[in-house]
Amino acid sequence: MERLLNSDPSWTNLAVFFGLGAALLLVVLAFVTYGILAERKVMGFMQGRYGPNQVGGRWGLLQTVADVLKLLLKEDTIPKAADRPLFILAPILAFAPAFMVLATLPFTDAFQFADIGVGLLYYIAVSGLTTIGVVTGGWASNNKYALIGGMRAAAQMISYEIPLVMSVLGVVLLAGSLNLNDIVEAQKNVWYIFIQPIAFIVFFIAAVAELNRTPFDLPEAESELVAGFHVEYSGFRWAFFMLAEYVYLFAIAALTTVLFLGGWHPVMFFDFIPGAVWFALKFSVVVFVLIWFRVTFPRLRADQLMELGWKVLLPVALANVLVTALVKELFF
Amino acid sequence: MLNVYVNNYVIVFVFLCIGVLLPVGALAMGRFLRPHVPDEAKQTTYESGNNPFHDSRVPFQVHYYMFALLFVIFDVETVFLYPWAVAYDKLGLFAFIEMFIFVLMLVLGLVYAWKKKVLRWM
Repeated sequence: MERLLNSDPSWTNLAVFFGLGAALLLVVLAFVTYGILAERKVMGFMQGRYGPNQVGGRWGLLQTVADVLKLLLKEDTIPKAADRPLFILAPILAFAPAFMVLATLPFTDAFQFADIGVGLLYYIAVSGLTTIGVVTGGWASNNKYALIGGMRAAAQMISYEIPLVMSVLGVVLLAGSLNLNDIVEAQKNVWYIFIQPIAFIVFFIAAVAELNRTPFDLPEAESELVAGFHVEYSGFRWAFFMLAEYVYLFAIAALTTVLFLGGWHPVMFFDFIPGAVWFALKFSVVVFVLIWFRVTFPRLRADQLMELGWKVLLPVALANVLVTALVKELFF
Repeated sequence: MLNVYVNNYVIVFVFLCIGVLLPVGALAMGRFLRPHVPDEAKQTTYESGNNPFHDSRVPFQVHYYMFALLFVIFDVETVFLYPWAVAYDKLGLFAFIEMFIFVLMLVLGLVYAWKKKVLRWM
């Protein structure tokens, strides 16, 4: 990999990177398949029921596979009143950034792709693009529910992007770099969750909101908006909106691990366990907590949602940045 | 050094290609698998069983626009905050005071919006 990176950029390089990227895609798809199953199983467990247990043995191991196949065989309808080109473009606009953000995430010191200097900024900038896909989908459907859902999604995602970005600044200040590898390296001794607990809390709440998950799932609130921005979508087009959502779940869990939980660094003296295992463990814990949130919290009201973002999280995140800078100036 | 730099961005480009190719490819392949039997009822817009009347793209609440404006202001602020945070080690106390004044001005704007009840969602 090292030699490949140092060689002249050529078509061979492009082909090799393409192969590696496709391999990561398979890993991510496997995660999404079993992440959804895990979510349903955990939710079932927490609600005192079994969850999927019919397709693929006692554990329902093939349930999601069957669901995906079913979606592939579904008829694809585009309403007459819809804006056809935009309607077709929207799922692609929503999915492509979701996969692009994975390019800079370091999973372990060896298993990572692009190691660019502005890694964190790249993640934040690209992840913001999904909003456009969502709004495009809501607008193109020419459906009242879809339009309201799309607008709500846009308002929510831009409102929570600010606290998300601001909270991360505390980490950037301490690490002195936007490169995710440097940030992991800086956590060799102490994880940032202990030095920056406020940043972590703000980041995590904002991340859940960015993912449009309960308690912030207003854009697709089933009981009031039918399904939000993707009401008119069916079959595989709909599947790509859902896929984008779960790829973001993967990305956010990985980013949380990298920024606050020390990436692949082991806990204390357990360094005989390889870094990949540590990363997977921390990653799974974050995913589990996200599922736990979904089962525990009721949905917020639209006004509470906006006020929480602008009146609570933003001032707290700003104060955290300034206090961190001041402490760093005075004591280090 | 330049090669490493370029190669890393080649990777980013490859990820973009894969991200676009997967949906395009899957939807193109699906064309051969899925049925295609359109009829009038399927292609009408869904509105809980009512016949949809007039265009759904009606004038929208101004609140969304207000939040978009606030978003732009604070997003530009973060554009300034990021390089400041990265170079903070070299800049020292002076940079801290300058950034404090800058942030203070934006916070005043936020307080103003708050008092004007822009942040109240109706």
